[in-house]
Amino acid sequence: MAGARVIPLHDPERDAARRSRHVEVVPEPAQQQPETSDWERRLADLLSFARRRIAGDYQIDEFGFDRDLTENVLMPPLKPLYEKWFRVETIGLSNIPTAGGALIVANHSGTLPLDALMTSYGIASEHPAQRHMRMLGADLVFRTPVLGALARKSGQTLACNPDAERLLSSGELVGVWPEGFKGIGKPFKDRYKLQRFGRGGFVAAALKTGTPIIPCSIVGAEEIYPMIGDIKALARLFGFPYFPVTPFFPLFGPLGAIPLPSKWYIEFGEPIRTDVFGENAADDPMLVFNLTDQVRETIQQTLYRLLTQRRNVFLG
Amino acid sequence: MTPKVVLVTGVSRFLGGHLAARFAANPDIERVLGVDTEPPPRDLLRRMGRAEFVRADIRNPLISKVISTANVDTVVHASVTANPAGPTGRTVMKEMNVIGTMQLLAACQKSPKVQKLVVKSTSAVYGSSSRDPAVFTEDMGPKDLPSSGYAKDAVEVEGYVRGFGRRRPDVNVTTLRFTNFIGPRIDTVLTRYFALPVVPTVLGYDARVQLLHSEDALAVLERATLHDLPGVFNVGGDGVLLLSQAIRRAGRLNLPVPSMAVPTVGGFFRSARLVDFSPDQMRFLNWGRVVDTTLLKKDFGFTPRWTTQQAFDDYVSGRGLKPFIDPETVEAAERGILDAAARFR
Repeated sequence: MAGARVIPLHDPERDAARRSRHVEVVPEPAQQQPETSDWERRLADLLSFARRRIAGDYQIDEFGFDRDLTENVLMPPLKPLYEKWFRVETIGLSNIPTAGGALIVANHSGTLPLDALMTSYGIASEHPAQRHMRMLGADLVFRTPVLGALARKSGQTLACNPDAERLLSSGELVGVWPEGFKGIGKPFKDRYKLQRFGRGGFVAAALKTGTPIIPCSIVGAEEIYPMIGDIKALARLFGFPYFPVTPFFPLFGPLGAIPLPSKWYIEFGEPIRTDVFGENAADDPMLVFNLTDQVRETIQQTLYRLLTQRRNVFLG
Repeated sequence: MTPKVVLVTGVSRFLGGHLAARFAANPDIERVLGVDTEPPPRDLLRRMGRAEFVRADIRNPLISKVISTANVDTVVHASVTANPAGPTGRTVMKEMNVIGTMQLLAACQKSPKVQKLVVKSTSAVYGSSSRDPAVFTEDMGPKDLPSSGYAKDAVEVEGYVRGFGRRRPDVNVTTLRFTNFIGPRIDTVLTRYFALPVVPTVLGYDARVQLLHSEDALAVLERATLHDLPGVFNVGGDGVLLLSQAIRRAGRLNLPVPSMAVPTVGGFFRSARLVDFSPDQMRFLNWGRVVDTTLLKKDFGFTPRWTTQQAFDDYVSGRGLKPFIDPETVEAAERGILDAAARFR
């Protein structure tokens, strides 16, 4: 192959000439480009979003997660609440893997599940991979009209093992609040005392899929609606798990539903590996209980540490 | 094992008829028998070619004679249906579904020649509720047993099929749990529903809907008949549509009805002979249903050619559904607003 000669497919000189000629032919767009202002681009985004919605031209996954709607409509209103009202500070975001399944286990508090919303907004906006956390919710959420549909569209699903395992094995970031209504609806005097962690179903799901468990401790959410009473009769009437009485609700009506602007800290702890226990680890109840306790203790200790560092509920 | 003599039930309907036509076109199959209570429509009959039509009621023990005299070795039970013939057809439909299946299975059990049974079932056997997992696998059961309608029929039919499988372990039984069918040619409750100019939905709910193109359904039934693939399989297209999204893709208008008014509105549509929804189908419109098709792809060896979205789009374009809001108008409006904005700059 001594006589072989390299013939360039693209002659650099000719290419350059063509490119310059191309610019000469249509000079207008090149001039117009820098003038497109920020609000115009936003208007264009908004219009193309509206067109996609009208035509039904978007994708949802098998759980009903509508990424287009979540990112453009459901997430943005949380921004002022997250940044200005609660001034949330996240610690240890790097403990959340950038890809692959992981199970975030957090303490639940605050009468309304704002802690879940803030955690999921924090991960979506501040984590380098901007991951969407898929939360496991109570069946009350999915039974309720409007709320149930919204929960599905924003990526939440029913707290049951098949769903948790399916999400984890497909590499999603899953969030779970194992205290459930016992945690979120506990009286103010019990604040930052972790309640019982269910039956440890979440640990079994993580063990079965071999995904790490990330303990998450949230400080600040307990003070947003200090629950000083619970009207059982009204709760039964409406089918709620509790009917909260706070210093401002129901005394001031809808105004009482404004959360107090406490300062929040959300700390993600070291991941606890579950892929080291072998094949049938999920069927070993002792191991499941031990792991559940380990996760619970980690969260409780982190809560105490964060609380001793906090000087003021509202200023942090 | 390629079957020699195939008996297909429900041939006067879309699936049964086209399936018989496919078998008739297959030279390896010696004889194709189609059974139904009424003769197929003429164009379907022409398609069916050499397939023989037997006008018989599977609720009648006579079916046993047909199976034994014709030496049937493969039975495809495709007549279990969700679509009642008329406003009063629900009782008849239930009898056809449940009693018909019992008689057919009894006849199969008596005939030693029968080697294979393929049953068209439905994913409605999983029920539909808020407490269900998001995706059903074959080993899951319904949270509340369906109390009425087609879903209950299907649960009972599957029960009889399981019983048959126990009594005749030598027969390969394939149960196919189909999601809702869609396509330009098939006529179901759902295709009529989406063709309504204003589509009523339940306020505050948005169901996840998984669809299967009717051609894929035929291909699955054909594959189950021609090969030995015993077991229970979920059959559905990939991907999911939300009910609201599907209505938008069809260019229809969505009319959310408060759940208290749903029975009234449903009654109106039934008496106007537009769409006849049973209570379990109403529940389906609340919660929807998605099934896992891993087994279908791995063990059964079939991947649907159409995804849910493609199948639905094929139905929309095949039916020539005219959207209320033309997509081009929307695009023109978008361009117009952007141009106006550029002028304001």
